[in-house]
Amino acid sequence: MADQNPARPTPAGNEVAVQITRMNKWYGTFHVLRDIDLTVMRGERIVIAGPSGSGKSTLIRCINRLEEHQSGQIIVDGTELTNDIKNIDKVRSEVGMVFQHFNLFPHLSILENLTLAPIWVRKVPRREAEETAMYFLRKVKIPEQAAKYPGQLSGGQQQRVAIARSLCMKPRIMLFDEPTSALDPEMIKEVLDTMIELAEEGMTMLCVTHEMGFARQVADRVIFMDQGQIVEQNEPEEFFLNPKSERTKLFLSQILGH
Amino acid sequence: MVDTAQPFARTEMLPPQAPPLTERGAVKWLRENLFSGWYNTFLTLVGLWVVWSLVSMAAPWLMNGVWNAGSLAECREIVAARAGEGASGACWAMIRDRWHQFMFGFYPRDAYWRPILALVLLFVALAPVLFQQVPRRLLWFTILYPAVAFFLLWGGSAWTPVVAMLGFVVLAAGYRLLSDRLGVPLATGIGVVLMVLWWLFVDAPLATALSSLMPIGLPPVDSDQFGGFLLAFVIGVTAIAFSLPMGILLALGRQSDMVLVKTLSVGFIEFIRGVPLITLLFTASLLLQYFLPPNTNFDLILRVIILVTLFASAYIAEVIRGGLAALPRGQYEAADSLGLDYWQAQRLIIMPQALKISIPGIVSSFIGLFKDTTLVAFVGLLDPLKGITQIVRADIDWKGIYWEPYIFVGAIFFVICFGMSRYSMHLERRLKRDHR
Repeated sequence: MADQNPARPTPAGNEVAVQITRMNKWYGTFHVLRDIDLTVMRGERIVIAGPSGSGKSTLIRCINRLEEHQSGQIIVDGTELTNDIKNIDKVRSEVGMVFQHFNLFPHLSILENLTLAPIWVRKVPRREAEETAMYFLRKVKIPEQAAKYPGQLSGGQQQRVAIARSLCMKPRIMLFDEPTSALDPEMIKEVLDTMIELAEEGMTMLCVTHEMGFARQVADRVIFMDQGQIVEQNEPEEFFLNPKSERTKLFLSQILGH
Repeated sequence: MVDTAQPFARTEMLPPQAPPLTERGAVKWLRENLFSGWYNTFLTLVGLWVVWSLVSMAAPWLMNGVWNAGSLAECREIVAARAGEGASGACWAMIRDRWHQFMFGFYPRDAYWRPILALVLLFVALAPVLFQQVPRRLLWFTILYPAVAFFLLWGGSAWTPVVAMLGFVVLAAGYRLLSDRLGVPLATGIGVVLMVLWWLFVDAPLATALSSLMPIGLPPVDSDQFGGFLLAFVIGVTAIAFSLPMGILLALGRQSDMVLVKTLSVGFIEFIRGVPLITLLFTASLLLQYFLPPNTNFDLILRVIILVTLFASAYIAEVIRGGLAALPRGQYEAADSLGLDYWQAQRLIIMPQALKISIPGIVSSFIGLFKDTTLVAFVGLLDPLKGITQIVRADIDWKGIYWEPYIFVGAIFFVICFGMSRYSMHLERRLKRDHR
């Protein structure tokens, strides 16, 4: 069924975008991530689901080193994440991230939020950066808000600005950390629409989300995590209709049960 | 109720209406705020009585003020003649006679134009920092201002400040040449070393050589001759200007992951905050000389400025740390995730917000610092409050005068501090972005 959807071509190639091998992470003595193995191909859309505290946010935050892993290997776009600050900054400028609470810069206008990183990190001339910013603002359908400040926008608009801000860096991979969890129900759709559009363009995406409709519609693969481990991963149809593990069945019955 | 059972759908929305008369007007305000009950009525009456007695005590003294007299005795005669025997009156004539000492101390009278010009230029230098409408190009003058002010106030050879400023040019040149190859921290370090070497070994001989070649300059004025508000301004403005950047660095150092930087910052801040300012001032005036190489004559005002700056920077560091702590972690994460490096994130994202949050605290520190400049009286400098007032009251003509000089000095301090406070409120409003 899903394969009939023209908006879902199979992943572009066999190029590896993110390679995680036997990765472990502890918070103090608490073992948050246990032996994570994950390969993400270029152009692949992955949804990570799981109960709270299962380590799904921590996992994607390791990919741009907002969290440090203690053992194992993470290779992003051919660059291994180590303590080398140069590699970290390189990976971060290639990997966009969208947060649950938007994290826009409240002291800067929307346009300045979007142009800041291109100007300072990519050394793009201001004019060009502003043109790019306006292009992406039109894409997320709020070009008229460019001169306003984040505090003047609704939650949904702020989150779309946050997506545009990441896109302005022309990232090769996008991470979404529960992008709709802090939004009113009326605003979730506008953010999901933006994300779906992005997915249709072939962006490599890793989304932590509870939006199962979104997972069914765009994901190539759904990963279910519990207690810091990947419990099950499968194509969305199989995952939802035919969950293999008991834990997954319980989780799905709880979130889809009403 | 029957209505609740009925299905209901509103066909039109109700427009807002004006409030009833009892919710408007001055009488209502009085009744609500001053006479809302017997207890508040009583408090209002007591308050009115206190205000009345204060005014009735002070008013005749102020009304009978004398502006033209040669001495306190003459003042009293005029008051007695005008308002009758036993009447009290302020003797402002003293201020007319001695205002220049309150302002300049013993600065040579024929050179008053120099501090006045320095003050005017101070406002020119401050304008681009304080107000956005001023052209940014004026910032160059702001950078040069310390040298200009030093030259105007202390006089001497014009080459001394020029050659000293060249030290910063050496720093900038070293940074420019090396930063691409060695990275920012190392290039800055080498630049600073070069600058210090310049000051230690090149500065003095070069300045002497240049001034013997081309002797231009102003008659020198000794630090002993500084006094009054001139002194308070020199110390206050310099310390304010330098303590803010130092405070920022200390606050960042205190949050640093690097153990050495963190320990040094914490140690410095806690030491300075644990010691009274007067102790530091005594250190400046007495002890510091022992630690310096023999025969270095380090100006007392300069030493005091350095220690007052260190003192203020420790407090400002803590105020800014409060601002940093108030920022959500998401701001750091967003800056990191966009690939900004540490200094970019601090300069573009973190500091603008942390400083904005800290404005009230920073300005309080500045106001406190400016008032603390009067403490230099304890190391023998002529501050306006104690130093100059003592000198004026030691004069046989004005012996016994008490309220007037303190009211005068207090009023000037109030105007300046109130101005700073109002400016900070203006700044907070200007930077307000949440539009709530």
